Amino acid sequence: MDLAYTAEEEAFREGLRSWLKAALPSLPPRPDPADWPARRAYDTAWQRRLYDAGYGAVHWDAPPAQRLIFLEETERAGAPYVGANFVGLLHAGPTVAAEGTPAQRDRWLQPILRGDEVWCQGFSEPGAGSDLASLRTRAVRDGDAYVVTGHKIWTSHAEVADWCELLVRTDPDAPRHRGITWLALPMDAPGVTVRPLRTLAGTAEFAEVFLDEVRVPAEFRVGAENDGWRVTLVTLSYERGTAFAGEVVACRRVLGEVARLARGNGRWDDTALRRRLGRLHAEFGALWRLVQWNVSEAQASRGAPGVGGSVFKLRYSHARQELYDAAAEVLGADALDADREWVADRLSSLAYTIAAGTSQIQRNIVAERILGLPKGR
Amino acid sequence: MRFRLTDEQRALRAGVRGLLERRFGRERLRAAVAASVADGPVLDRGLWRALGEAGFFALRLPEAEGGVGLGLPEAVLAFEEAGRALLPGPLVATHLAAGEVPGAAEGAVVVTAVDARLVEWRDAADVVRGDASGAVPVRSVDPLTPLHRVPGGARAGDPVAALLTAAEQLGSAGRTAELAARYAREREQFGRPVGAFQAVQHLCADMLVRVEVARAAVYAAAVTGDPADAAGAKLLADEAAVRGARDCLQVYGGLGFTWEADVHLHLKRAWLRAERWMTATAAEEALAARLVADG
Ligand SMILES: Cc1cc2nc3c(=O)[nH]c(=O)nc-3n(C[C@H](O)[C@H](O)[C@H](O)COP(=O)(O)OP(=O)(O)OC[C@H]3O[C@@H](n4cnc5c(N)ncnc54)[C@H](O)[C@@H]3O)c2cc1C
Repeated sequence: MDLAYTAEEEAFREGLRSWLKAALPSLPPRPDPADWPARRAYDTAWQRRLYDAGYGAVHWDAPPAQRLIFLEETERAGAPYVGANFVGLLHAGPTVAAEGTPAQRDRWLQPILRGDEVWCQGFSEPGAGSDLASLRTRAVRDGDAYVVTGHKIWTSHAEVADWCELLVRTDPDAPRHRGITWLALPMDAPGVTVRPLRTLAGTAEFAEVFLDEVRVPAEFRVGAENDGWRVTLVTLSYERGTAFAGEVVACRRVLGEVARLARGNGRWDDTALRRRLGRLHAEFGALWRLVQWNVSEAQASRGAPGVGGSVFKLRYSHARQELYDAAAEVLGADALDADREWVADRLSSLAYTIAAGTSQIQRNIVAERILGLPKGR
Repeated sequence: MRFRLTDEQRALRAGVRGLLERRFGRERLRAAVAASVADGPVLDRGLWRALGEAGFFALRLPEAEGGVGLGLPEAVLAFEEAGRALLPGPLVATHLAAGEVPGAAEGAVVVTAVDARLVEWRDAADVVRGDASGAVPVRSVDPLTPLHRVPGGARAGDPVAALLTAAEQLGSAGRTAELAARYAREREQFGRPVGAFQAVQHLCADMLVRVEVARAAVYAAAVTGDPADAAGAKLLADEAAVRGARDCLQVYGGLGFTWEADVHLHLKRAWLRAERWMTATAAEEALAARLVADG
């Protein structure tokens, strides 16, 4: 049991730190969060610079300790986080790396790492959210292509994506989990229509995607036909297991800023509020330790992150909401000013207990798959 | 960075668990509770010596001084097992006295300490550290931990004591999560195991999540030795133990409310440990102070 980084790992940190120091001053100002095309351009340009400097694959290919150092240092330096590259870098890419053919890996991984192509996730449907396996979007084989028709929803940054990790039903007669296939859908294919949805935060963060007889070449299928559920579990384990790790570092920084504002505006004298902030300090400290623990365990077992990701995701999503609620208490009436810092984050924190599997679903997973309780209803 | 148990640490944990199962298994625990209720608590000197021989108290003492020469992480694993087994006695105080009070390391001498106006096992202990003058006996809520209240006794605020206590809380929390899940798999109502009901599943899932978060905090604090990390570990482990025992009691239903089930013993000990060495208020204040100091 050890939390010290080796000399080699520290050398990686030093190299990264000095690279960031040189690279960040020339970074243009961040675009308006509502302007997705600008955000895409900004995020992919940053990813390209990381790639050119040798840090492109750090999220999935690097030794785990390097991944942690990368998250610590980029956050400390105030560098951008994955942004529009979230799906590609953190779960579609790792899925293709684990489940794709050599040709597919050649086709898709490099463009993700270079920031050339952005991915989105087309899993959810209007009638299939938590109950993902009830999805109805159909794909019928026609020669060397699948013809896809259906309706996806809540597809984050679909507007600016090049590819979509798409779940389709290829065998309507098979048991629910057996007839599903995982496809890579080119978003510019004829028959794809994207209709943005406005979130409660006011931005068009996600969209509905309508698929009308879209032809997807069969070579874009990842995994075997009708074996998509297994591939999906790989994707979800990355999504829940590691994708939010970097944000814990950011939350720890924000908590420090909230505490300092409280000191400045007198709210610090409120014992209950001060104690809440102290407790959150313990909470985010422990969550970062849990990330380190999970990453170390994953390294030892050399597999996809396990269901332990659900433990992390469950606790983190609530802690994040508590953090921004505490920030709002410190802000007082200013928490109603939509232009104040933390207010937009407070709004977007409400998504965390829903997106990537609701807290109720994570609890089901912990109970059934970790504690071995009987399957519930 | 390898933040996971080494093979040696796994072996140590298994060794302590085995020893405690042999020397203080469930029957011994229940017998100790029964004897304590009938005649007052008795400290099992034979068990204390066996712990001493196994190196429980001398774990962190250098080998040159007759100790085992291990560190806080190993001590934390041993105390986690003690918490799991509900092992009674002033374990933390004796462990801290090893190398300072002759005989403590070997388990020949029982050492207790005053902390926060409380002292446990005062009458049974050979040595009381801190000022226990004017101590008044209290009818302790925990049948296996006799208590005295000490007027004006000061808080020692020792981060190592807080951390080892947190490790005991972690062990207890892990145990109640395990008991709840096992009971939920076996107990049937409405023709199915109660663990098939989502309300019960979610209680159990939350228990496990609290255990895992507390575990990460306790182990990390053992590695860093940082007092603020110890405070965070104590805070999260207290919560995991107290709420875990309560949720376990709920999963057990009526049986949980009886003296026969072990759940109440976990809850009472968890309450007691939560008051010892560092309370939630103290931990939160310490962490808040660190939060602004760090910036
Ligand atoms: C910001 C955001 C971004 C998203 N991005 C994407 C994306 O990019 N791609 C994508 O495919 N999806 C995305 N999603 C969709 C997300 O995965 C779903 O919203 C989520 O899985 C829940 O599905 P639902 O919205 O249909 O809610 P429902 O499944 O209808 O759930 C409604 C309520 O019922 C509860 N519930 C449902 N089933 C159970 C059960 N078995 N036991 C107990 N309670 C239950 C839920 O917890 C919830 O409280 C995103 C969602 C959000 C909020």
